Amino acid sequence: MKFAIMINEGPYTHQAADSAYLFARAVLAKGHEVTRVFFYHDGVNNATRLTVPPADDRHIVNRWSELAKAHDLDLVVCIAAAQRRGLMDENEAKRQGKDANNIAPGFRISGLGQLVEAGIQSDRLVVFGD
Amino acid sequence: MLHIINKSPFENNSLASCLRVAGAAKDHAILFIEDGVYGATQGTAVEKSVRDAMANMAVYALNPDLEARGVQGRVMNGVKLVDYDGFVDLVAEHDNVQSWL
Repeated sequence: MKFAIMINEGPYTHQAADSAYLFARAVLAKGHEVTRVFFYHDGVNNATRLTVPPADDRHIVNRWSELAKAHDLDLVVCIAAAQRRGLMDENEAKRQGKDANNIAPGFRISGLGQLVEAGIQSDRLVVFGD
Repeated sequence: MLHIINKSPFENNSLASCLRVAGAAKDHAILFIEDGVYGATQGTAVEKSVRDAMANMAVYALNPDLEARGVQGRVMNGVKLVDYDGFVDLVAEHDNVQSWL
């Protein structure tokens, strides 16, 4: 079965970012497909590679990058939510005249159309948030 | 439809809203996760409303989140416990999933 996942809460906030990750892993472990993980609102903060949690804490951003690499996941960050919160990739940084970008490996920036498409192309859409 | 509640009933009105909309309908189920699991415990002000809903719908709670809060021994009779595997199965079994954020 095809699952799409939406995350509306930032990392280290309450629990949604953790719940979504553990759910995604369980989906994959059961042999289902994760068609796309869409990060919206404060959820875009799960995608900054400048995140440095204490050494004894889980690394929420790297966890997603590693899961994406292992399972070829499509991690999509909403562009409008990302721009508001200072999250950008190389192209966007250039376009906005910024001196750096901060998107983590495995994530890409795109639009809300990707959420709609994921909803249409998946059997289930599960939302995690605040 | 599977309804997911992730906040305590003492923090916002998600559970009350969910029960008002879905409580009398057929083929609905509730899954409590995160702080929502307090809605599945005994002796609270919302116990009666959850118990009334259980007459019509199945009620589940995510066991790892109950254990994280130390309330796994206080779950209401009739609430079924699931782990993340069971969470995935519940989503698969229901045509639609509504997270009451």
